[in-house]
Amino acid sequence: MTAMNDNLKLTDYVTFTTAGQLFGLPIERVQEVFRPTRITRVPLAGAQIAGVLNLRGRIVTAIDMRRRLELDARDEGETLMAIGIESGNESFGLLVDALGEVLKLADSEREPNPVNLDRKLARVSAGVFRLDGQLMVVLDVDRVLDLSAEAAAA
Amino acid sequence: MDDLLREFLTETNESLERVDAELVRFEREPNNANILGNIFRLVHTIKGTCGFLGLPRLEALAHAAETLMGKFRDGMPVTADAVTLILNTIDRIKLILDEIEAQEKEPDGGDTDLIHRLALRAAKEVGASPPPQPTQLSEPPEPEASVVAENVETADAPEPALTQSAHDERGERVANHSIRVSVGTLDHLMTTVSELVLTRNQLLEIVRRHEDSDFKVPLQRLSNVTAELQEGVMKTRMQPIGNAWQKLPRIVRDLCGELGKEIDLKMLGAETELDRQVLELVKDPLTHLVRNCADHGIEEAAARIAAGKPAKGTIQLSACHQGGHIIIEIADDGRGLDLDRIRAKAVEKGLASEAEVAAKSDADICNFIFAPGFSTAARVTSISGRGVGMDVVRSNIEQIGGTVDLRSVAGAGVKFTIKIPLTLAIVSALVVESASERFALPQLSVLELVRASSGGEHRIERIKDTPVLRLRNKLLPLIYLRDVLRTGESGANDGFIVVTQVGSQIFGLVVDGVFHTEEIVIKPMSSKLRHIAVFSGTTILGDGSVIMIIDPNGIAQLLSRTAQTARDDAPELTERGQTAAEDVVSLLVFRAGSHQPKAVPLSLVTRLEEIDCRKIEISDGRHLVQYRGHLMPLLRLDTQSGLKQDGAQPILVFSDGGRSMGLVVDEIIDIVEERLDIEVASERPGVLGYAVIKGNATEIVDIGHFLPQAFADWFRRRDVKIERRARTVLLVDDSAFFRDMLTPLIKAAGCQVVAVSSAAAAFEALGSDRRFDLVITDIEMPDMDGFTFAEKLRSMPATAALPIIAITAVVSADAIARGRAIGFYDFVAKFDRTGLIAAIKEQGADVERAA
Repeated sequence: MTAMNDNLKLTDYVTFTTAGQLFGLPIERVQEVFRPTRITRVPLAGAQIAGVLNLRGRIVTAIDMRRRLELDARDEGETLMAIGIESGNESFGLLVDALGEVLKLADSEREPNPVNLDRKLARVSAGVFRLDGQLMVVLDVDRVLDLSAEAAAA
Repeated sequence: MDDLLREFLTETNESLERVDAELVRFEREPNNANILGNIFRLVHTIKGTCGFLGLPRLEALAHAAETLMGKFRDGMPVTADAVTLILNTIDRIKLILDEIEAQEKEPDGGDTDLIHRLALRAAKEVGASPPPQPTQLSEPPEPEASVVAENVETADAPEPALTQSAHDERGERVANHSIRVSVGTLDHLMTTVSELVLTRNQLLEIVRRHEDSDFKVPLQRLSNVTAELQEGVMKTRMQPIGNAWQKLPRIVRDLCGELGKEIDLKMLGAETELDRQVLELVKDPLTHLVRNCADHGIEEAAARIAAGKPAKGTIQLSACHQGGHIIIEIADDGRGLDLDRIRAKAVEKGLASEAEVAAKSDADICNFIFAPGFSTAARVTSISGRGVGMDVVRSNIEQIGGTVDLRSVAGAGVKFTIKIPLTLAIVSALVVESASERFALPQLSVLELVRASSGGEHRIERIKDTPVLRLRNKLLPLIYLRDVLRTGESGANDGFIVVTQVGSQIFGLVVDGVFHTEEIVIKPMSSKLRHIAVFSGTTILGDGSVIMIIDPNGIAQLLSRTAQTARDDAPELTERGQTAAEDVVSLLVFRAGSHQPKAVPLSLVTRLEEIDCRKIEISDGRHLVQYRGHLMPLLRLDTQSGLKQDGAQPILVFSDGGRSMGLVVDEIIDIVEERLDIEVASERPGVLGYAVIKGNATEIVDIGHFLPQAFADWFRRRDVKIERRARTVLLVDDSAFFRDMLTPLIKAAGCQVVAVSSAAAAFEALGSDRRFDLVITDIEMPDMDGFTFAEKLRSMPATAALPIIAITAVVSADAIARGRAIGFYDFVAKFDRTGLIAAIKEQGADVERAA
């Protein structure tokens, strides 16, 4: 019975691509998606932080996912999307290349990280789904936001 | 946590603080039935509520305390012992409350010890003195309320009954028109209003762009209402500062017991209101300062009586509004700061050299107590001096944009003055631009704005790579915001200089543009950015964009690490020698004559000038130049260094009491921050010695040698009389720095000088066959001080008539009186060169007149 339930338990994922890779975030961690405008760069901040912006009166810290995951740098002038996340009373925006659809996937389908997964990805990944023709890396939001551990490790 | 329990904890903690304060009052006025009634009721309420919530430990304690207090009410005499016992009980209750807060249940253990003592006390007193009929003591004001609570306790009434009774009670004792609102609600309200202010600002910005918009009038109204609302909400967050003082009477009372002192704590202006956030933040610093006054400031009763003061010391706290600030003063009538000990400690801790310490004013010396890890308490008491020092007090206050100052009068006490903003949530800020980005700078630390351009009145100048600005006779160190933020090429000569003050440090922040001043709502920094010290927060401007708020403290720290700092207390610098704040000194390195680099403390230099060679005149074999309407003598370091024939001649200008002299140099090399360790002393006049600076052996130039060269001439010109015979002066000073500094000065006044380092060496010199006409002695010397030395001289027939001039770093009335008794010819401050020369001359003239 429990096994049945586990098989049936579905989670919604907000998907997005960054540097050609498909990622998924559990939908309950996503507040909203928005098109970021007027990002104020913060001097002296780490490269992973794209800046701060005003989202309806709230100050959102924008994190550049390409830099966060140490993927190829983005071309200048490319339009971006942002995924809004709340953590510890603060608002964050993950800057991604493009948003995908929301996928409903069974928890039982989720596989642990392949041992040879890129180390930078493995650090923030909570598992992998094998979809038709491509892999989706599930991101662990808390680990994505934990910039300090990364800096210390680096 | 259970809502009910939380409510109980807040309420009880509040009550207990009041009980603390009331009890101390009660001890002083044992006949005040009103106070007793208050205390009794508070304790009773605690007891009642505890019983209801199932907290037997607390209930038993409160019950025992209540019983004892009941006896007081019945006329039992109030003794300090009994009050201490009740205070102890209250401490225990607080302890248990803390536990409950952490673990949500009563901790294990019992309080039989205390309960027993309380019971014993109550029983004994009753037996000892049968309770007189308390005719003069009226019943406590609301006995009915107590009864209600009692009923609740026994009847095990449901929850509403308790709150009902609690409210009834409060309803009777506080005015009916106040309600309790949780802090969270108020904070939320404040945030919402802040948002509203921002939105309003945005709307105003939009309407500004559309000239005749229909929105204009309603928006104006909205704007006014918003302002009113903002003010109103701010008001709800205001609390009387007395809330932060509530614990102090108890603390002082306990300290009195522990230290065996008598102290009266006076509190004025307790009703002065300030934002609760600020209030929370000043609570600890205030407590610490009061403890300090009680522990270090106020003397023991015997010492006070001996000093002619009342046995009971006074600590006075006062608060008042001044502009957008609240000024809090904490003053004691104790012994004042021991400046000598602070000096010694500062040297011992390596915070400053002996010479620097001697050069500092008393006010500066006092400020050393704010240095980290600085404690002069000879013994560390349990009360203060536990490492949590004045540095923490200062940094806490500075964190909220405040300042702390102190004034100490020996024997009369110390007064701390704290100035803090009323609120932290909304501040006035200057919006500036650097590298096409905007930043907000809190207006509080901005002194003035200076426009700098290469052709204009104010120019950014460079000494090597260090940018400086001449501003009203001061060299103001500059720092480019672009450099601070690493946002691009700096070094532009055009820009705005925001003259910024942090503590006593003043510097200029160079920005590309200045926009306007705006009321900004400070939003906390993202946790991911909090490590950047130069930013203190973020804010949203009227146009909707987010900008960073610059923290002047962070920049000041950066500046003191990277460049020299100008101290506001050292404006016309030559008079007082070195004034560098830390153990490092800013040195100006230059070349003149020989190839070897030379250096002088930057603090001595008034200006750096370049003078057109054609303007240099030669008169009487001396080089002169017209400078600021006066003829200024130009001196060369030695015969090798020549003046340039054409072009611009760089000179260092030194000023002393309105007179200036120029020192001719070939080239200015750099400004460096170094420890000034003179490793090899020099025999050559004009050179103090050699030090290694940036890896090069560098000559440290003795400006003290050159100043009199310029000025002694003037003396001679004024005093037409020429000395007949060169007098011989014996100079006694333990500090090599001063011997080196003063010897050439005295020589320049036409005397021969023998300099020795101690009284013992002086006696030796006096014993030789050399004849001395005058003794100049330092007062502060190890082994034998100047007073004793002088007394000894007086007592010996050979030297009894020898004139003595005393020099001292501290000229106090006492010292002068003592000096007069000994028979000093004169008493001169160590840095008063002109005064010393004048005294020497005058003494010589006296001798001549007598002859």
